[in-house]
Amino acid sequence: MRAFAELLDRLSLTASRNAKLTLVRDYLSVTPDPDRGWALAALTGDLTFSAAKPAFIRKAVEARMDPILFRWSYDYVGDLAETVALVWPAKPGANREPELSEVVDALHGATRAEVQRLIESWLDALAPTGRWALLKLMTGGLRVGLSARLAKQAAADLGKVEASQVEEVWHALHPPYEDLFAWLEGRGARPSPDAAGRFRPAMLAQAVDEAVDFAKLDPADYAAEWKWDGVRVQAVNEQGVRRLYTRNGDEISAAFPDVLAALDFEGALDGELLVMRDGRIASFADLQQRLNRKSVDAKLMAAFPAGVRAYDLLAENGEDTRVLDFAVRRKRLEAFVARLASPRIDLSPLQPFDSWAELAVLRAQPPAGDPQIAEGLMLKRWTSIYEAGRPKGPWFKWKRDPFLVDAVLMYAQRGHGKRSSYYSDYTFGVWKPDEAGAPALTPVGKAYFGFTDEELKLLDKFVRDNTVERFGPVRSVRADRDFGLVFEVAFEGLQRSTRHKSGVAMRFPRISRIRWDKPAREADELTTLERMLERMEQAR
Amino acid sequence: MPKMIRPQDLLCPRPEGLYCAPGDFFIDPVRPVARAVITHGHGDHARPGHDAVLATPETLAIMDVRYGAGFARAKQAGAYGEAVVRDDVSVTLVPAGHVLGSAQAVVRWKGLTMVVSGDYKRRRDPTCQAFEPTPCDVFITEATFGLPVFRHPDDTEEIARLLRSVAQFPERSHLVGAYALGKAQRVIRLLREAGWDKTIHVHGALERLNGLYERHGVDLGPLAPATVDSRAKQDFAGAIVVGPPSALADRWGRRFPDPVLAFASGWMQVRARARQRGVELPLVISDHADWDELTGTLDELRPGEVWITHGREEALSRWAELHGLPARALALVGYEEEDDD
Repeated sequence: MRAFAELLDRLSLTASRNAKLTLVRDYLSVTPDPDRGWALAALTGDLTFSAAKPAFIRKAVEARMDPILFRWSYDYVGDLAETVALVWPAKPGANREPELSEVVDALHGATRAEVQRLIESWLDALAPTGRWALLKLMTGGLRVGLSARLAKQAAADLGKVEASQVEEVWHALHPPYEDLFAWLEGRGARPSPDAAGRFRPAMLAQAVDEAVDFAKLDPADYAAEWKWDGVRVQAVNEQGVRRLYTRNGDEISAAFPDVLAALDFEGALDGELLVMRDGRIASFADLQQRLNRKSVDAKLMAAFPAGVRAYDLLAENGEDTRVLDFAVRRKRLEAFVARLASPRIDLSPLQPFDSWAELAVLRAQPPAGDPQIAEGLMLKRWTSIYEAGRPKGPWFKWKRDPFLVDAVLMYAQRGHGKRSSYYSDYTFGVWKPDEAGAPALTPVGKAYFGFTDEELKLLDKFVRDNTVERFGPVRSVRADRDFGLVFEVAFEGLQRSTRHKSGVAMRFPRISRIRWDKPAREADELTTLERMLERMEQAR
Repeated sequence: MPKMIRPQDLLCPRPEGLYCAPGDFFIDPVRPVARAVITHGHGDHARPGHDAVLATPETLAIMDVRYGAGFARAKQAGAYGEAVVRDDVSVTLVPAGHVLGSAQAVVRWKGLTMVVSGDYKRRRDPTCQAFEPTPCDVFITEATFGLPVFRHPDDTEEIARLLRSVAQFPERSHLVGAYALGKAQRVIRLLREAGWDKTIHVHGALERLNGLYERHGVDLGPLAPATVDSRAKQDFAGAIVVGPPSALADRWGRRFPDPVLAFASGWMQVRARARQRGVELPLVISDHADWDELTGTLDELRPGEVWITHGREEALSRWAELHGLPARALALVGYEEEDDD
């Protein structure tokens, strides 16, 4: 438990992806079975307990110490598990510290009353960090800033295999994964991926390089379809096992019972998860209402009905179709979706075209309807099989050109991790008349990438040299009609927003150029953004 | 205690600090005064500009280094355990275990004994003398970490975590934020005791105090200034660098390769505090008594009365009340949130 607790403790304060991978990989390599397997399950979200409710933990601690001192402590720390871990009156020598596997085994067999006694005896035996880790585990949800995907990557690193290799077998495995570790350490065969309802590693596209690629590619070899602005998913129903996965193999079935119920087939589909109303797709903002939830209620499902726009067929009636050419898969997919006749599962249409020039025009001016809010186009070679990873050549993505606006830097905030000594997160605004009619800046977005390390140094210096006020980690920067730094900001789309004072929210904003040369008074006005938004809405 | 003599006749709070009327002096005044007793060298307790100062020889030496020899007109060294008497009031400086030279001020007058703890801790510190409990009528305690959440772990375990991280990330440098007086030297000394014998790189702000500690017999081992031109950046891979916390998190810290930011402070007990400062490796190492040391000291001394100053007075008052000790909070202004930079 001590090593697991130290791992969680470090993960919770580590920002760098590589450092997190090192921490998890090292833990997995030195910790014996079955402890490391239970730890991996806890990190991937495959092991959760609701053994102890916060109310019980509170009661247990208040039985041992003055409730007023506890309340003051809780007010100060702000997190129940952490407070209890710190204030729990230690009983030195009370007990031996439990191993993670002992905790898991005991909880699996215990009644509710026994669980509470067990937890108290473990809290007595553990040091504060151990108590904190135990309470996080008991109350469900570690929240240490590590995705399931990254945990699997760390396991893959241990065996020096691709993460997709682990993802493919993952859903056939059960904690504590002794067969997985045996394979990763070269002591056993690779576990079979052939479990019903499993995830199949996704095929990803390369970004097209217009200057180089089109000269070499024959348009007759490729199919084009619109790239939808939703979440890439895999929808599976095999032998009654229905599942919905993200493209990284994370299961999101529980949040989408409406989609799951529509999977009346035997096979696996690759497609885009979207909010759909009467066959029309809604913006990403609508889909966001349904994302990152553990469960969902009927009201939310009715307000934001989700569906899948299918673009590939990976398995049908027990047959692995990934080995077939795209042209063949596409014919089978069209028949498959037509047979379903479900309002929640439709077909992502192909966009016919004869030349790259013609397709370029379509990309710049998409036809009316759903393509208006597409992110761009996908190109798929008719003869390509479905292979995991991001092979160069068979699939390309050709994103729409971003929207651009000139905005003025207003606030800067310190970054995280490596960039914690730099003011690297920028809030920018455009001009809008104030009550008196004079132009004033109103914030329209925030961006923290799009510039080089060299530019970051210059930006950091500009912020420090032109600070007007400081609020904790945030500085306001001089920005008025006569002085200010202009950013050319690129973004993918605009949505109406009630949360932002300006009334608009940008999708994927980033700094495309720093306009050291441009006077602040020449930056754009809010009306420019409002007109863009109206045009987008009218086109649909 | 003779009748009619009340503790507040001997010591009482004033805007300048704790004042002793019968002896006409202040203890750790925050503004310049005629006569001051200084418990230890931290900036919010030891300020320059007093007319006459009584402190331990070590504290006077620290003030010399920080403020220059002219920090007071008259300096009087009071060795540990040596009573200094004037106008019927005797002042004895007794080790407080906080930093080098730190003292409790034991003030006696007409049979009444009051102890001003200053800042103190009870656990072992290889860089200063251990706290000595003194029986008294009134104990005036600090309460920086006066909440039951503050339970400082064994500092050797914290140093072991730092060394494990250095071994785990050999390509990164570890920057340890530590207050320039006391904390930095203790961290360095603890690293030596844990067997780290490589050169430790230090920020310029630490150099003079490091020298002073060495002259007082604290062996810090091989140290080198942490100054580099950009060429040598990779030389700091795997290195341990010690400096004031504010410098490490700012531009100064950029000269090191992919640094792991560590911070040695009692506040690091609380995760949100570490997160707020962007600390990746919090080291809970404090110069102050934690909750158990504060309450344990009150239990051991069992003074007639407890006065509680800077920190979380209310929680320690509550504890004293629950344990049958008369206690009151003494509002002294001007002390910063300590154990910080």
